[in-house]
Amino acid sequence: MPGYTTHEYDVLVVGAGGAGLRAAIEASAAGAKVGVVTKSLLGKAHTVMAEGGMAASLGNVDDRDNWRVHFADTERGGYYLNNWRMAELHAKEAPARVRELEQWGAIFDRTKAGLIMQRNFGGHRYPRLAHVGDRTGLEMIRTLQDHGIHQGIDFHMETTLLTLLMDGNRCVGGFGYERERGRYMLFLAKAVVLATGGIGRAYLVTTNSWEYTGDGQALAWRAGAAMRDVEFVQFHPTGMVWPPSVRGILVTEGVRGEGGVLRNSEGKRFLFDDIPANYRSSTADNPEEGWRYVIGDKNSRRPPELLTRDHVARCIRREVLAGRGSPHGGVFLDISWIKEKLPNSVEHIKRKLPSMYHQFKQLADLDITQQPMEVGPTTHYFMGGIQVDGDTQMTSVDGLYAAGECAAGLHGANRLGGNSLSDLLVFGKRAGEHAAAFAKDHAGSGEAAVKDQIDAAIAGAEAPFERGVTGENPYALQQELKETMQKWVGIVRTAVEMEQALDKIAELRQRAENVGVPGNKEYNNGWHTALDLSNLLTVAELVTRAGLERTESRGGHFREDYPSKEKAWDGINLEFRRGPGGEPQLRKLTVPPMPEDLQKAIEENK
Amino acid sequence: MPPQTNGNANSTGVAEPKTATFRIWRGHDNQGEYVNFTTEVEEGMVVLDVVHHIQATQAPDLAVRWNCKAGKCGSCSAEINGHLKLMCMTRLNSLDLTQPVTIEPMRTFPHVKDLVTDVSWNYRVKEQIQPFQLKPPEKDGTWREMQRDVDRPQEFRKCIECFLCQDVCHVLREHKLFPEYIGPRFLIHVAQLEFNPLDEGDRLKELKDDYNIGYCNINKCCTKVCPEGIQITDNAIIPLKERVVSRFYDPLAKFKNSFKKK
Repeated sequence: MPGYTTHEYDVLVVGAGGAGLRAAIEASAAGAKVGVVTKSLLGKAHTVMAEGGMAASLGNVDDRDNWRVHFADTERGGYYLNNWRMAELHAKEAPARVRELEQWGAIFDRTKAGLIMQRNFGGHRYPRLAHVGDRTGLEMIRTLQDHGIHQGIDFHMETTLLTLLMDGNRCVGGFGYERERGRYMLFLAKAVVLATGGIGRAYLVTTNSWEYTGDGQALAWRAGAAMRDVEFVQFHPTGMVWPPSVRGILVTEGVRGEGGVLRNSEGKRFLFDDIPANYRSSTADNPEEGWRYVIGDKNSRRPPELLTRDHVARCIRREVLAGRGSPHGGVFLDISWIKEKLPNSVEHIKRKLPSMYHQFKQLADLDITQQPMEVGPTTHYFMGGIQVDGDTQMTSVDGLYAAGECAAGLHGANRLGGNSLSDLLVFGKRAGEHAAAFAKDHAGSGEAAVKDQIDAAIAGAEAPFERGVTGENPYALQQELKETMQKWVGIVRTAVEMEQALDKIAELRQRAENVGVPGNKEYNNGWHTALDLSNLLTVAELVTRAGLERTESRGGHFREDYPSKEKAWDGINLEFRRGPGGEPQLRKLTVPPMPEDLQKAIEENK
Repeated sequence: MPPQTNGNANSTGVAEPKTATFRIWRGHDNQGEYVNFTTEVEEGMVVLDVVHHIQATQAPDLAVRWNCKAGKCGSCSAEINGHLKLMCMTRLNSLDLTQPVTIEPMRTFPHVKDLVTDVSWNYRVKEQIQPFQLKPPEKDGTWREMQRDVDRPQEFRKCIECFLCQDVCHVLREHKLFPEYIGPRFLIHVAQLEFNPLDEGDRLKELKDDYNIGYCNINKCCTKVCPEGIQITDNAIIPLKERVVSRFYDPLAKFKNSFKKK
């Protein structure tokens, strides 16, 4: 049996994106000895790709904004399936978390008065997103990274966990390997924070980086943690559709926030035709009013391009299916038209959307200041995930915490753009704080208590080498899974298709048992892909099963066989727990009654 | 989901060959050789797509570092036909596919395997640089600064840490002065701190004595390879050199500076 190195921490953080770094900083500030495990190099996590901004009701651009409006927007966007305590904490605490980033060296765009600039985004009533052009994620991760490296935190880069280690119902660490040399690593910890992000790599067309293989969700699931609302997968309306090899890459909602419009092949702004009832009073009914809103007229309503992502994505799909799509199978997103309104539009676009300008110029040979972009829906975000307590972020497993995209609750059935970066900060901090407190009150477990689990993890990880090239090709299996999910559990679903998907997932799971790789453990991408498969299959199955259960359409979950939002499903969360044989057991939970004050915040912002 | 399209010509209207050959460096710890892979190519592909395709079909254990495939994370730096590039931002129609395309790891850092190098030195360097030092807030508790004042440090904060500028810098690449010189990436890191209106730190002495900014002879290789188009030499290194010169070498400025804090 190969050996391993051992590291002991008070708090082990898994993931070094926004949530993981913020958790690590907080736990370390509380005096805990903190280790961070990250699958990539530091500063490369998927957070770096976030473009538009972080939502926080600073009120710097429109002083009518406050936490109550942000709370109400988040709840309405999530179809009231949100964990309202999380939505409340998020709306209240986001401004302080954003200001804190500034105090750690982040340089946000500024208003004329010299304060942090804020921009319009879908589903947000007022301009609310603190941003840096369209590279806000980079600014955030770099600030946390540069601050974090001076806090005495140990970073284990390019390291992957194979399993969480359990002592009874308590999580006491994790076991994994580092990519570079393939050495095994044991992490003993008094508390563990999962901050591993999403599951986008289960789909063919996605904005997500390679790391998004559902690791945190699958690790937590195998450790016995409950999962919540996993049917809700967000398809971002605007990914690149051309050229084919960059299909899926994100085109920030900031383009629409800055005045970009969506048109079909007939040149029509099709979103004006289909404004949902609950957004009608706050949405412009003509292009002129929409433009006035974009440039800051407080008496105008927002353009329909800024409706929620689920709605815009489905409208785009409808246009394409009706034969009114662009040449490469999307629709047109046009920011260049603002030259009719602004004399310096070229400089304006380049300054507000530098990274989009660069991306299209280089990858599609297209100048967005002069031409429209071709865009279409792409897998982007996982609203569901690990069930956590709203205040502490503790999962249903003792000592195991989850924050950021891998945790569920804040976003309900659909996430508003910009609420992700603020989620990472608010709940990353809370997870770090509470994990450190837990670690203070509890002793750790020794190696002896987890020896069997370590042996099993090593045996499982070595198996693909024993089969070598005669086994199944892990890349091919992952590709088949992506195709399955894209085709049958994508933006529109039916029972028949999801049943087919489940059969296929079961077949892939069997074949995954026989996956083989050549070579040795040193930086072997084939081996990594083989080990990621089991996590991907676990989440894919859970998403599909939950999708079958929810017989209505709401938020990110749209059923062609049940196309309407059903009263019977109002306020119903779906929870999975692991049964004795590992099978998912379903419970329908009702959202607990909201305190009067929060209820009032919703009423007054209707 | 949008249907897959089958374009046959690139944007210049020239038909692309259906297959192409890629000469990839394979091996461990500097021991290795070029291996030729011939594979199908399609319109719109970038070099990273080819590497992924080769992994999936011909060489499963081929090592490559990547994350976002959108030019935002700076993981997939490599040397393509001798040019320092991000694999994800190098379109095939910018290369001559009638000849084998050479893909190699960055030369300046210790080799690990195939296209992957050990870039950990860069992370150690940053830890040693004096971090951001926040100045006190305004009377109303806020920190106000004008966009025109933050434009300058914002340019340097666009850096995605791909380390291509470090790879190309002759002080590091040829002279291997790793312990003495922090390289262009960290000179712009210092610049974004020094030019940040909210920062109170002072790193000029370190720039002169520890980071040896004087080693830079301004031949602008770093600026040329920056995938973010940051004017590393003109906007960061030269102004920093000027500050160092006026602080430590210009007698008149030295005299004036003795009355100023920074």
